[in-house]
Amino acid sequence: MAKVLFSSEQQKLTGVPEATFNETDYRSLTEAMIRRFPALDRASLLDMAIAINGEIIHEPLLEKIPPDSDVHFFPFIAGG
Amino acid sequence: MSEAQDYKYIGQRTIRPDGFDKVTGRASYGADLSLPGMIWGKTLRSPHAHARITRLDTSKAEAMPGVLAVAVHSDFAAVSDEAIQAGEGSANLIDLASNILAKNKVLYHGHAVAAVAAKTEALAEQALALIEVEYEVLPPVMTALAAMAADAPVLHDDMFTTGLEETPDKASNIANRVEFKIGDVEAGFAEADVIVEGTYKTPTCHQGYIEPHACTVRYDEDGQSMIWCCTQGHFDVRTSTAKLLGMELSKLKVVASEIGGGFGGKTTVYQEPVALILSKKSGRPVKMVMDRDEVQLATGPTSASHNWVKIGARKDGTITAMQGKFIYEAGAFKGSPVMMGCMTAFTPYEVPNLYAEGFDVVVNKPKVAAYRAPGAPQGEFAAEMAVNELAAKLGMDPIELRLKNAAKEGTQTIYGPKFKRVGLVECLEAARDSEHYKAALAENQGRGVASGFWFNVGGQSSVVINMNPDGTGTIVEGSPDIGGSRASMQMMAAEELGIPLEKLKPIVADTEMLAYSQGTGGSRTTFATGMAVIEAAQDVVRQLKERAAALWNVTAEQVDYADGVAYNTAGEDKMTCAEICSKADRTGGQITGRGNINARGAGPSFAVHICDLEVDPETGKTDVIRYTAIQDAGKAIHPSYVEGQLQGGAVQGIGWALNEEYVYSPEGKLENMGFLDYRIPVASDLPMIDTVVIEVPNAFHPFGVRGVGESGIIPPLAAVGTAAANAIGTHVTELPLSPPRVLKLVQEKG
Repeated sequence: MAKVLFSSEQQKLTGVPEATFNETDYRSLTEAMIRRFPALDRASLLDMAIAINGEIIHEPLLEKIPPDSDVHFFPFIAGG
Repeated sequence: MSEAQDYKYIGQRTIRPDGFDKVTGRASYGADLSLPGMIWGKTLRSPHAHARITRLDTSKAEAMPGVLAVAVHSDFAAVSDEAIQAGEGSANLIDLASNILAKNKVLYHGHAVAAVAAKTEALAEQALALIEVEYEVLPPVMTALAAMAADAPVLHDDMFTTGLEETPDKASNIANRVEFKIGDVEAGFAEADVIVEGTYKTPTCHQGYIEPHACTVRYDEDGQSMIWCCTQGHFDVRTSTAKLLGMELSKLKVVASEIGGGFGGKTTVYQEPVALILSKKSGRPVKMVMDRDEVQLATGPTSASHNWVKIGARKDGTITAMQGKFIYEAGAFKGSPVMMGCMTAFTPYEVPNLYAEGFDVVVNKPKVAAYRAPGAPQGEFAAEMAVNELAAKLGMDPIELRLKNAAKEGTQTIYGPKFKRVGLVECLEAARDSEHYKAALAENQGRGVASGFWFNVGGQSSVVINMNPDGTGTIVEGSPDIGGSRASMQMMAAEELGIPLEKLKPIVADTEMLAYSQGTGGSRTTFATGMAVIEAAQDVVRQLKERAAALWNVTAEQVDYADGVAYNTAGEDKMTCAEICSKADRTGGQITGRGNINARGAGPSFAVHICDLEVDPETGKTDVIRYTAIQDAGKAIHPSYVEGQLQGGAVQGIGWALNEEYVYSPEGKLENMGFLDYRIPVASDLPMIDTVVIEVPNAFHPFGVRGVGESGIIPPLAAVGTAAANAIGTHVTELPLSPPRVLKLVQEKG
């Protein structure tokens, strides 16, 4: 199972710091997150970058989520 | 400093492929293109910082002989309420259009109101004077704190603070509030034996690129159009301009000229869409070139900031909690990099309890644009100054304090992920062990150290490698070359293909020749575009093996390829890359390798700087007398360019710390346009910036690259600030440390 660790802003909406999911790809994971935590804003969630086991991925649409991975959602980072 | 790998080209100091053009003057920059029938565009700018436009009449200008077109905000009729990616992140199209040409209010001194195209530059200037504008002048708000006051004049009646528990019902200058935290800072402070806190301010300052914004455009009768401009991202110029003008992407070709500096400031559009409007209206090519005053007045500086930081630690130096409130000016429209300030300020430290709160505040200044590690220098200045204060209070060496609390593999970041392997400890150890750090100081001299963190980013890059029948090739990339990336691409391709470097020519293609590539920014080009180059080269190698196999009548699996030569493992045959390419017409046609990626796995980069500074107590003049910049590059593809990035970042940060600031009158008028009054460092101001390149490889890049363009601008603010504080024997809380401010500190110290 993948473990999603919520940011402090997300925790205001989920009420918990982390949750585990059986889903094995990004699309089904985000759908499951929204089902379990309806307060999560879909558009905001899908607009975020993710990190899977520390590897930062800005466009995760097609990502597989390995079992036992740590997943973080965080704001898109750009630079100068 | 390197975990050695056996490379032929990577890590060498090769000759830059653009060198001859640059030193002979052949290289063409933004203002260098002229077209037959071309006319000139000029911009009318607001004399007020904050005013309502009550009347705008361009009829006299339009009637003037020689004037062929006029543009105003209503020409952006197609603009919708939509976010697009631009520079520091997303930009709202309505805001972008209103920044390029004011809608019904001007929001800063120099805000563009209208533009004219005429047969000559002089006629266009004259025509501007015929445009009649009447303003209802409004009181300006020139600082974030003033803008946050309950009774402050509001810039946008339709802007309501987001990020609060409840959406307010009153418009405000606070666009957004963000928050990041881990652990419990109050519990962390309760564990602390020592607490420091302070408020630290940074000024509005500009990227300071030497080349002003410039473009030449042409809008043809069939709707096809072309923009030639100096930009960090010509594909993003295409996106923004097409969205603003309701065009299809295929009808707009953007060509990136050579670029004379950008540092983040050339990641958005200003006059390119306006020039295209003027060209469409006039039926003529249009050139627009800003002068230096316009660059300072109306192109994005970086945020001024007002930041409060509190740090608690045990007597042994273990930091138990770090907290900050970061307030960044966005300029006239929302979108400061305060979120990234919150995400970076405390990230060099492994601390269980962190809290960062950020506010994005609009003021009557130009809309900020990205500037080298956008948002990080301001927040990290506050945090690093406070860490140095903590070291002094604890009686600890500031590097030992940092080593005791340094972020490392497994450290939980405030923004979420835990670090993979990073090189901060190695940078700190190199600083501690350096001869510089042990050198004695004289009277009126002080030393400061500071660290800096930047994420680095990946993103989309497209590359094609076209092989020629003689075995040479062209590397076609889409990332404008600001810091020497063509050399790096050439080296990585040569390494993969195993052919001599000079057999490969790197070029930056226009938007019609290649698929989308994100701009050069975020320290991404050598990392991400480099990965696309490697992928394209590997595609070429795969095809070389297939072609050799076909010629030898074996399978591709029976062919090995190394050092530019294919070997038949089923026999004695071998062929060079050039020999295979020479027979490509008989084995299926010419060979082209492709790499189209959205790069992932960008490796964070840390930097540590040491600054020695001397203060003249009589005048307040400061001199940086010695400076060392240490940074983890992951892998330095071209060490000279990496060292140049470290030096460039350090010099810009030193300028930010010592002299650079926008000076406004009480009415909100900018008073120090131009490089005589806006003082950036020049070569004679500074000693040689010594560099130490650390190489802790990024596991997600084939050669270990992290990216080096941005981290180097972060530490100087606090390294210089602390050096000045130590030289004077006082506290420093505000930049820049210009002579009057330093003299005041000296006098206050007595």
